[in-house]
Amino acid sequence: MGGLVESQIRRAIDAFGSGDMALIDQVIADDHRVNGMEVALDGDCSQLIVKRQPAASDLRMIFAIAKTVTDLERIGDEAQKMARMAKSIHQRGAAQVPLAVDVRHAAELAISLLRRSLDAFARLDCDTAAEVIRDDAGIDSEFRAILRQLITYMMEDPRTISTALEIVWIAKAVERIGDHAKNMAEYVIYIVKGTDVRHTRIE
Amino acid sequence: MVNDLPVAAITAKADVKGLSFYYGDFQALKRISMAVHERKVTALIGPSGCGKSTFLRCFNRMHDLYPGNRYDGQIVLHPDNTNLLAREVDPIEVRMRIGMVFQKPNPFPKSIFENVAYGLRVRGERSRRRLEEKVEQALQDAALLDEVKARLHEPAYNLSGGQQQRLCIARALATDPELLLFDEPTSALDPIATASIEELIHDLKKQVTILIVTHNMQQAARVSDFTAYMYLGEMIEFGVTDELFIKPQMKQTEDYITGRFG
Repeated sequence: MGGLVESQIRRAIDAFGSGDMALIDQVIADDHRVNGMEVALDGDCSQLIVKRQPAASDLRMIFAIAKTVTDLERIGDEAQKMARMAKSIHQRGAAQVPLAVDVRHAAELAISLLRRSLDAFARLDCDTAAEVIRDDAGIDSEFRAILRQLITYMMEDPRTISTALEIVWIAKAVERIGDHAKNMAEYVIYIVKGTDVRHTRIE
Repeated sequence: MVNDLPVAAITAKADVKGLSFYYGDFQALKRISMAVHERKVTALIGPSGCGKSTFLRCFNRMHDLYPGNRYDGQIVLHPDNTNLLAREVDPIEVRMRIGMVFQKPNPFPKSIFENVAYGLRVRGERSRRRLEEKVEQALQDAALLDEVKARLHEPAYNLSGGQQQRLCIARALATDPELLLFDEPTSALDPIATASIEELIHDLKKQVTILIVTHNMQQAARVSDFTAYMYLGEMIEFGVTDELFIKPQMKQTEDYITGRFG
């Protein structure tokens, strides 16, 4: 599921850059596969709980999986949202898509966060998880920078407003992906150490 | 951490100090020390043969019945700081203060009323009115009164298993014990009777301190405030139940409660 979600973001951001409509439609269509996986994994978790009454680290693992799956599914939704925005931008045929590069840079960061939190989960590696939690701040500041630049564009040339707003949505989706990756990293720490680090400062 | 205890609010009902126990040459308990907190439920868990029942039985001197058994260390009962294991302390006195409920309901072959009144009669209570009051109160506290009010003088064996077990609890409660010992009180009962006993345990802790041995880990997690994990006669871990089942400190405890034991 993690791999599929990762490829969804990758394809959504590539399609946003290239305007490849077939790819965009593919991303939008594939979201139902992510949703199906969420439902199936949640079902598996319920079965494990009801049949085996897990305790201690097993319980934390299952609890964390059920929550991770929710975050992954949301990331899938964000990827689909990015694809929809990309479609609308390119259908309008706006010749100039300013700042595509900046959004791509933020998106690369988000993909890296997601990949590292999935790795941290697979290896139950708290150090990597802590890194992800710290690095999420980087995406947040990228998002604010993109927003400032887009505002400048819109003030200079009102014709760019529609496109710029859609780019804001894409940037916002990227920023949310970072948040979800951070949540997932927090669950990894919960599995390993049993401490809930949500809404606290790390270290 | 959220789960930190308000330590000041909890007082110990009993302190176990360096308790060892021997069945002849075999050492069944190894230097156990722990506190039993007042008006709380403390659960003892561990695999078969780990000594939890042996430990429980030390509290009311059940082992005195067999020769060759030997205690070492102390169980100090508060507030009068009586060492329950001291030779000069009469086991009958101990059992007046500490009641016990067993795995299988074991009512006497008498009427419901006489079962509950038994301990009071042993204690020398003669007044009919006092006996009736006490029996009624004990049945009420054991959540059985409504079901048996009309047939107090029928044989106790006419009751269902779950009712018999609650009758045994009423019998234990009649003498106003300070500590109640439960040795797998629900392992012979169906889920509904089990739920009613668990609910009862929850209500009883308002008036009495409870120590319970159970093989059912989920039961320990549901009914207890504190849990002790024992293995091969040793106390491996003792802690707040809500923490112990989510995040045990010891690897051995983790392995046991997750079923990876052995």
